[in-house]
Amino acid sequence: MSDTTERKMTEDQGPATVSLAPTGRGGADDAATERPVVFDVRDLDVYYGAHHAVRDVHMGIRRNEISAFIGPSGCGKTTVLRCFNRMNDLIEGARVEGDIEYHGVNLYDERVNPVEVRRRIGMVFQKPNPFPKSIYENVAYGPRIGGVKKKSELDDIVERSLQRAALWDEVKDRLKASALGMSGGQQQRLCIARAVAVDPEVILMDEPCSALDPIATGRIEDLMVEIKSEYTIVIVTHNMQQAARVSDATAFFSTEVNPDSDFRTGLLVEFDRTSTIFSNPTDQRTENYITGRFG
Amino acid sequence: MTTDTATGTDPVPATRSSEVAVALTGGTLGAGRRMRNTAASVLMVLAFLLAATPLVVMGVQVFSQGIDAVTSGSWWTAPIPETGRADLADNEALQDLGFGDTSGGDSSASEVVLGMAPAIVGTLLTVLGASVLAIPLGILGAVYLHEYGKKGRLARLIRFMTDVMTGVPSVVMGVFVYTVWVLPRGVDGKSALAASLALACLMLPIVVRSTEEMLKLVPDNLREASAALGTRTWKTTVKVVLPAALAGITSGSLLAVARAAGETAPVVFVIGFVTTTNLGFLGQNTTLSAQIYSQQQNGGALSTELAWGAALTLVGIVLVLTLVARGISRRFQIG
Ligand SMILES: Nc1ncnc2c1ncn2[C@@H]1O[C@H](COP(=O)(O)OP(=O)(O)OP(=O)(O)O)[C@@H](O)[C@H]1O
Ligand SMILES: [Mg+2]
Repeated sequence: MSDTTERKMTEDQGPATVSLAPTGRGGADDAATERPVVFDVRDLDVYYGAHHAVRDVHMGIRRNEISAFIGPSGCGKTTVLRCFNRMNDLIEGARVEGDIEYHGVNLYDERVNPVEVRRRIGMVFQKPNPFPKSIYENVAYGPRIGGVKKKSELDDIVERSLQRAALWDEVKDRLKASALGMSGGQQQRLCIARAVAVDPEVILMDEPCSALDPIATGRIEDLMVEIKSEYTIVIVTHNMQQAARVSDATAFFSTEVNPDSDFRTGLLVEFDRTSTIFSNPTDQRTENYITGRFG
Repeated sequence: MTTDTATGTDPVPATRSSEVAVALTGGTLGAGRRMRNTAASVLMVLAFLLAATPLVVMGVQVFSQGIDAVTSGSWWTAPIPETGRADLADNEALQDLGFGDTSGGDSSASEVVLGMAPAIVGTLLTVLGASVLAIPLGILGAVYLHEYGKKGRLARLIRFMTDVMTGVPSVVMGVFVYTVWVLPRGVDGKSALAASLALACLMLPIVVRSTEEMLKLVPDNLREASAALGTRTWKTTVKVVLPAALAGITSGSLLAVARAAGETAPVVFVIGFVTTTNLGFLGQNTTLSAQIYSQQQNGGALSTELAWGAALTLVGIVLVLTLVARGISRRFQIG
């Protein structure tokens, strides 16, 4: 892993007004106004056993931006997202081909340690999955694994992370209570706090709001916009308003039926600034999907 | 559900709601169907009673025959009394040939001090030894199978061997340990340690399979949550998976312990015989199950009383272990 990536707090957080040619074409875009590319994905193909799940993904995910993945169910959004922190390694039979360069280092290089990758690239799952431990222990888990031992230091991290996840005020009096006793929305924010606690550079979120009501969803969206100045966020969502509201860049995935088998293979149709995708998409399929005529 | 609630709250037309009411109250249930229902219920109760009968009879028998010995005060502390050669005393053929002392050492049970302390100690000792050998190894084995090996070739082989091992009759474990451990050491080979080895062979596959079942119950999303924070698999296992499965693993292991405590065949080969307490793992020893077996073989009033007492003690110990196991698994369900 390259350790040279010091985190720059870029101040220019205005709405993404600059439209640019799709970076999907090899990620070779070099518009000077843009933020540096964190993930450079080239020729990504993912297989589950014999099933070719996703093919030919090209994209460049930029630092301190929120990038959204949208597309119909089964088109491989989760699959691609899980490649970014090598979570697919945990699935038997999953195979990844192509390059995902993270600050110039190919994540699938054999010298790369997936544990180290996951420490820097956190993940929030679709279904809240707190450990059956106390609220405090949930947040302190990652830092403890990372070697933080001092109680005062852990206390600080826990408070800071819970505050960042807009949960501190609700739980500060019951940190010792079981995390399983919280509401779904609280549990999801706890999972965000847990991911934030290890101080990752990137946070991957797989439909983090799909189990939440609009109020909890709103809070998490606010949260994402608030913390994107310090993180790079990639979010999978089925909610197109959500993608339009929070993201700077949007990737639209779709599926095509394999001619020689019944399996569907997902592919990236278009990756561009969110404003472009939603107002002036290049591809007809994107337009159909956005306007509700799913094709 | 009654007709009242169905008609009272339902805004549907009267005809519909009365149909619903009829359907709900079973008005259409034919007499034949009702009779078959009753007959099936009666049969089920009978089957249950039939199945429970041996258990109840056995329990009552063991309790009534053994309770005097067990409550005799000295039972838990005194050495096992000499019973004499009751086999010779009662064997008329041998007596005719001039063997044996017809008055025997077995004259009256009331004069001797009833005691089973050596066997109780021996049982605890062998079971403890077997647990120390089998439980950690079994849990590690299950962790390998479920967290690392998964469906790999080695894991499948181990799983198969474990199943085979579960099916091996326990007496074979006794013969095995007798051959590889006791025989090379001669007289000194017989010991609580040897019995522990035999029982450990018996417990190991049970612990492996029950632990693996418990690990399967731990949801994968907990493993993913931990891995996504940059945690190595073994740390995830120690910090998340095992704690979540702890209750199930504990109760599964306790059931294996209870099973081992009651085993006779693998023990009698390899433990020898003593009538005084031996607190060590080396040197001959005895267990409750071995006592039940040998005292029963011996025959005679005193031996029989000792055998029943040992039986009640053993049933008590196993019952307590089982109840504790059930209590643990009920209190901490994985959720
Ligand atoms: N663990 C797995 N094993 C085998 N096939 C899988 C696995 N996970 C996903 N797939 C397959 O890969 C394809 C893409 O799945 P994926 O979960 O990435 O879709 P998705 O876009 O996230 O869908 P959704 O919007 O429903 O979450 C699907 O055809 C799915 O059947
Ligand atoms: Mg998905």
